Amino acid sequence: MKTEKLMMKGNEAIAEAAIRAGCRLYFGYPITPQSEIAEYMSRRLPEVDGTFLQTESEVATVNMVYGAASTGKRVMTSTSSPGFSLMQEGVSYIAGAELPCVFVNVVRGGPGLGDIQPAQSDYFQATKGGGHGDYKLLVLAPSTIQEAVELTQLAFDLADKYRNPALILADGMIGQMMEPVELPPMRDLSTLPDHSDWALTGANEREPHKVTSFNIDPYGLEEMNKRYQEKYTRAVREEQRWEEYKTDNAEYLLVGYGTVGRILKSVVDKLAEEGIATGVFRPISLWPFPYTRLRELAEAVKFVFTVEMSSGQMVEDVRLGVEGRVPVHFYGRMGGVVPTPDEICSAFKKLL
Amino acid sequence: METKIAFGGPKSLSGKEFTYCPGCHHGIVHRLIAEIIDELGIQGKTIMVAPVGCSVFAYEFFDVDGTVAPHGRALAVATGMKRALPDRVVFTYQGDGDLAAIGTAETVHAANRGEKLTTIFINNAVYGMTGGQMAPTTLLGQKTTTTPYGRRAKNDGYPVHISEMLSTMVGVAYLERVTVSTPQDIRNAKKAIRKAFLAQIKNIGFGLVEVLSTCPTNWGMSPVEAQRWLLENMTKEFPLKVFVDKVGD
Amino acid sequence: MSYHGIVIAGFGGQGVMLMGQIIAAAAVIDGKNSTWLPSYGPEMRGGTANCTVVVDEKPVASPVIDTPTEVVAMNYPSMVKFGKKLKSGGFLFVNASVVDQKMDRGDVKIIEIPVNDIADKIGSGKVANMVMLGAFVELTKVASFEAVEEALRYKLSGSKSALLPLNLEAIKKGAEYARGR
Repeated sequence: MKTEKLMMKGNEAIAEAAIRAGCRLYFGYPITPQSEIAEYMSRRLPEVDGTFLQTESEVATVNMVYGAASTGKRVMTSTSSPGFSLMQEGVSYIAGAELPCVFVNVVRGGPGLGDIQPAQSDYFQATKGGGHGDYKLLVLAPSTIQEAVELTQLAFDLADKYRNPALILADGMIGQMMEPVELPPMRDLSTLPDHSDWALTGANEREPHKVTSFNIDPYGLEEMNKRYQEKYTRAVREEQRWEEYKTDNAEYLLVGYGTVGRILKSVVDKLAEEGIATGVFRPISLWPFPYTRLRELAEAVKFVFTVEMSSGQMVEDVRLGVEGRVPVHFYGRMGGVVPTPDEICSAFKKLL
Repeated sequence: METKIAFGGPKSLSGKEFTYCPGCHHGIVHRLIAEIIDELGIQGKTIMVAPVGCSVFAYEFFDVDGTVAPHGRALAVATGMKRALPDRVVFTYQGDGDLAAIGTAETVHAANRGEKLTTIFINNAVYGMTGGQMAPTTLLGQKTTTTPYGRRAKNDGYPVHISEMLSTMVGVAYLERVTVSTPQDIRNAKKAIRKAFLAQIKNIGFGLVEVLSTCPTNWGMSPVEAQRWLLENMTKEFPLKVFVDKVGD
Repeated sequence: MSYHGIVIAGFGGQGVMLMGQIIAAAAVIDGKNSTWLPSYGPEMRGGTANCTVVVDEKPVASPVIDTPTEVVAMNYPSMVKFGKKLKSGGFLFVNASVVDQKMDRGDVKIIEIPVNDIADKIGSGKVANMVMLGAFVELTKVASFEAVEEALRYKLSGSKSALLPLNLEAIKKGAEYARGR
């Protein structure tokens, strides 16, 4: 059978992928450049007996996600940078209450109101804990629309596996761009993981379930934190994901994620035409960051060159991974400016 | 010899010892809610959302599924639950700081959407857990730890009347302000709470009962003085009244 | 040529986004890869709009391009802005119905098509973008006309299907004009 490729906008592809992953609950508040996700959900969810609700704020949104997730059902929301900042308190509660759910942040230029163009300046917020307390999100960064579809599905599965919120960290370009995609089949809801051992569904013929991030006793709360940390340790062991492009004989390693990660492939090809052997290391899981493989690759190159649409956030993880084995250089554009292959080539060649 | 239980607590209370101060009304209101849950036979399908405040442990006191919402967001959390499980009974239990200050937006919008939810709103005119600071419902002239000279309208604005505000909203199905200061008041409050649950169970709309309550500890009064102060002062500012009743008898 | 880096630009409302989407979709129908990247935001409300389409045999790496191989300028500001970035030897398609000045570049192929006039003649100025699309596909061979028609059919399904014949006619006229130059 011929698989059908559809031209889809990133935002719409993410929404459809979520539905096909078994998500039937979406809560959201409009914000550019991701409002197409909410619009798509408002049209599509009623067709599959799902629930779409436009909320009064991102603060309300994240708490509705908390409530829905506490029933054990698949739920998601999407937003863009300022909106995700507003959600941070709730994200922390959700991580503390160990509720599986999926967030999408289609990042735009900041800080403050900033602009609506593609940016990667929310990396710290996403990977280092944007809210209070010792918690982690499982963070996945797509670089193509096809990958956005696959990672959206993976995000739901990982959220269930770890009983932890997962985040798709995209940018305005992934959200607004169209590209051919092959969609996975619709997931049979009866095959979704069983959460009946903890979900709030009414204590019928069983002891009541209590879902909270709350423990007034510091020793008790420390035990809860130990449990979180055990999960995170396991995720670090099992969930490091990345892509490599022409790294086999590379003399220099270019590192970038998401949109920049794919632009770097063009840079590698251009440099190859000039006889300079470079390769791309593209982290797909931003948390857990793929330190292990990066460290191996760094052994074999003269230096590492990190490119981001920020003032330099992921580069700190790159440096942690490289551990001083070789120099780590950085090139970044800020404010929603997307670097072009030529300008990255020039910035790189200045380092030779 | 056969023993019979002549009097006991409602099944829907867990039996955990309450953490409330002497003379505080939380205990009475908890019991009324539990009795209603028992009488309506909904214990096995009820989920409660506790707030942040003195009643943060309320989810432990009720023998039903439960959670604690972030401060002010109980109605958003409850909305998420109810939309996920429309055939369950979901209720929130919130104080005045939670519902009428930090959570005003969530309250107003849940009511406006006519969410099939029940809210028990404890108005004791003060922040209890944090040590007696001014609440949105603190009376003019009332001394708190952040209004040491008494609440002044010029600086602090006026007491917020949540029930009056919500009474204009079409999505509200039951709305009443009660108190539990006398046996008669307790009987009335129980009827109101029952109707606020029925508003949800019968799928009519949003139900809220505002309970004027005492906080002897933070008011700096004995329990008896607090009862008197409530009846003499709070009911003037916040008249007891059925604002909306679409449930009927 | 297997690689195309195309910029299509004009005023909001001239249909430049749709033109780009049809090209990107048609390329995929032909078995190639493509990306369509729009400019977005408030600048589009009544201002200039543009999109970048990359078509390649292999998976598209960068959807962002420095030097387009083809530029479609539906108005004068677009010609000035993007025409100077055009790769030497590339195609510059100009809407001659609204642009009366010439780009001063001898190293590119300038194709002037009076798309509004042609569209008016077949009954609707609204399909000027489709006239341009016909000319573009005819000269660049970015996609087959069968694929373009299929992509358009998909885009104009449902309530818009009545518009299909007019759009196809516009594409045909654009192609004919380009051939006859």
